[in-house]
Amino acid sequence: MAEIPSVAEKYGSKVGEVPVGHGDYVAGGAGGMPFLSFENPSKRRPMIAGEVRDSLVGYPELAAGMFSGREKDPADWAMMWKEIGADMIFLRLTGTDPSVGTTTAEDAVRIVKEIDERTRLPIMVHGCGVQEIDHEILPRICSEVRDTRLIVSCVEEEDYKRLSAAAMAGGHHVLAFSNLDINLAKQMNILLSDFGVEKDNIFMDPLMAPLGMGLDYSYSVNERIRLSALRGDRMLQVPMVCHTGEAWDVADATSDEPGLGDPAHRVAWWEAITAICAMMSGADLLVMRGPSAADMVRVYAEELAGGS
Amino acid sequence: MATAIEYFKLLPKTNCKDCGQPTCLAFAMLLANQKAKLEDCPHVSGEAVEAMKESSAPPVNTVKVGTGENAVAMGGENVLYRHERRFENPIAYAVSVSDSWDAPRIAEAVAKAKSLAFDRVGMVFRLDLVSVSNDSGESDEFLAAVDAVLADWDLPIMFEINDVGVAEAALSRHAALKPLVYAGETADVEAFAKLATKHGCPLGIRAKGVEAAADAAEIAAKAGCKDLVLDLGASNLKECLEWQTIARRAAINRKFRPLGHPLMNRVGCGEYAVATAVLSTLKYGSLVVFDGLEPYEALPLFTLRQNIYTDPQVPIQVKQDLYPIGDPGPHSPIMFTTNFSLTYFTVRADIEKSKIPVWLQIVNTEGLSVLTAYSAGKFEPERVAAAFEESGVLDKSDGPVVVPGLVARMSGKLSEEIGRDVVVGTNESKDIPKHLREITS
Ligand code: B12
Ligand code: SF4
Repeated sequence: MAEIPSVAEKYGSKVGEVPVGHGDYVAGGAGGMPFLSFENPSKRRPMIAGEVRDSLVGYPELAAGMFSGREKDPADWAMMWKEIGADMIFLRLTGTDPSVGTTTAEDAVRIVKEIDERTRLPIMVHGCGVQEIDHEILPRICSEVRDTRLIVSCVEEEDYKRLSAAAMAGGHHVLAFSNLDINLAKQMNILLSDFGVEKDNIFMDPLMAPLGMGLDYSYSVNERIRLSALRGDRMLQVPMVCHTGEAWDVADATSDEPGLGDPAHRVAWWEAITAICAMMSGADLLVMRGPSAADMVRVYAEELAGGS
Repeated sequence: MATAIEYFKLLPKTNCKDCGQPTCLAFAMLLANQKAKLEDCPHVSGEAVEAMKESSAPPVNTVKVGTGENAVAMGGENVLYRHERRFENPIAYAVSVSDSWDAPRIAEAVAKAKSLAFDRVGMVFRLDLVSVSNDSGESDEFLAAVDAVLADWDLPIMFEINDVGVAEAALSRHAALKPLVYAGETADVEAFAKLATKHGCPLGIRAKGVEAAADAAEIAAKAGCKDLVLDLGASNLKECLEWQTIARRAAINRKFRPLGHPLMNRVGCGEYAVATAVLSTLKYGSLVVFDGLEPYEALPLFTLRQNIYTDPQVPIQVKQDLYPIGDPGPHSPIMFTTNFSLTYFTVRADIEKSKIPVWLQIVNTEGLSVLTAYSAGKFEPERVAAAFEESGVLDKSDGPVVVPGLVARMSGKLSEEIGRDVVVGTNESKDIPKHLREITS
């Protein structure tokens, strides 16, 4: 038989490995491009985090209908995610914004603790997007939830000090957001390091644009980030987080235009393809919305990783 | 692609200027940038030209299936990552029909294949090929099935045939259509290669794994076959990803010719088949043949192909201009948006849905979406006002001027610039019809 020239790249560097939650889940560690066993000894597949909210205002009805009523209670919803096979819970506290819901700081802390006690899965907490509120509630969570290592989502260039300080004090991780640009992603990680956040406590979110809405940019930005990390750029050697739930906002994914087929099946593919593109371009953690998409992606990722 | 230095070595280095360049080195640089042809130097030897053609041919062959403007080109790739350079030829998708089906069933499958066509961003996303599979093992059945397909299908076709005799019969009749002949794993590669070469048609072969595929490709090449498509015979996602990556890296990084061909996958239907197609679209596939494809699978898959094969350096754009939608008059609303294709076609489609005539002004934002353009300072009120001025739309209609909801911030300034009131529109274009009805009633 023909002899095939060796094509394995010797990158020489790898992405850091970060334990989360109670330490039994680890993200990152890639030493090559995704799933290539001939150059990437890590058999780890990306972690999958299921999205849970404290309020259903603004949450797509089609998605809500997929959780059999269990979406009404965050901890129960999180349990359902665990049953589906999720590795992590992504809690979005939309209801802490008074124009949306009535969740208080105490409620928020209680919800996080309940999710932790019932699922024992690692948790990523995200605020409501209103700066003053997030600045109050997220630090409370950081200081009052101590026996699991959270990922605090998210810090940005103009606003990272308060949340990073709170996360550091509580022994948690931070998620560094940047907008579709390798240099901005790197800049964020430098800012955080200079501020004192250990590299082992940083995750980065380079903004995954969904299928049909800028995925072309994201796919390439992610690939460049991952290649630079493998080729030695220390400031990019942190696990990459991609949200795929925005796929639900793409008109083609959910429209009931005739001839496009069942929206529930279509949106599942829309999100699954967004997620596959994210992991094929280097994502170490996928934050997902739809249960069927999450299930498909987990099964495929396991098979690709060649482990279980 | 050869480098300037590689070209320079072949040149006589006399700096005689007959090529129009001051020095041989300057000429070599042009060659490397593909701005000149080696033949432009009258002093370079014939053998050197040949040698160079060989080594500067793209590392992956280009194979064409079908004829004329509908022909599907596969391969021709030069890079491994799309940020380096735009991928050349979009992956093609096919669905298969069986020659053991009766004519009505084939007609139904072809009609379904044709229905997988969607107008998006000024293009038609569609299925590329119908494949006819010789399950019967008979020539007559096969030819009848091909006729049944051709009755209603005018895009390229492919044949899945294991038996050389049947292939001979099929190509004798249909070679002019340049179908892809896909021989199964058990087929006699040499015989098929000779046959395909004789009829000037592309050949697809299947062998399990990169080594076996390279061997098969060598046999086909020796038999004179240049237009080859390789199926590496992957039986799961992992093999598909790893084998296709090895093949493409070997071709591009190591100039390993036997694997420098477009790659294809024969899948079934349903979830796993689509997942394989998604992977193959990302990692180096040129053709996926399905047993069947549902619209809810086709639209996301075709959208993915468009996303991956678009030029990473240049967003697709439309021209700055005034676009009348549905015969607007002197009181029709005036709407405006950016010249990013995705934005323009989304907004246009939603305006059309409303059935209300509108003047749609497109503003050149260098292909950026509404918020991206606004943050980049390319969608300022001044720029919008200038576009209005250029098209004269404000004299054509005294109707309401609608600002995209996401940039409501620009309303005050824009109103000042154009000396007219403006209305803030919806954030999402899908809500445009409702809003249009409100402001025009
Ligand atoms: C892909 C993308 C990019 C691509 C460019 C894509 C392109 N060709 O425009 C790239 C990577 C280049 C990019 C760059 C930047 N981006 Co950008 N990008 C996106 C992303 C992910 C998707 C944009 C998109 O394609 N939208 C789809 C189109 C169809 O949407 P649209 O044009 O808004 O049109 C919709 C509506 O506005 C409405 N509509 C449109 N016209 C009209 C007209 C009327 C009358 C009405 C009623 C409605 C209407 O209908 C459409 C469908 O609903 C968004 C985030 C997101 N998910 O939206 C960020 C986003 C737009 N980007 C953002 C930013 C800040 C930037 C940068 C400045 C950051 C940077 N990295 O430097 C740069 C600037 C670019 C530059 N300097 O050249 C921010 C904008 C922040 C803000 N709120 O103002 C966003 C929102 C991301 C974020 N959350 O921070 N970006
Ligand atoms: S014509 Fe040929 S030999 Fe003369 S300068 Fe140009 S490249 Fe050199």
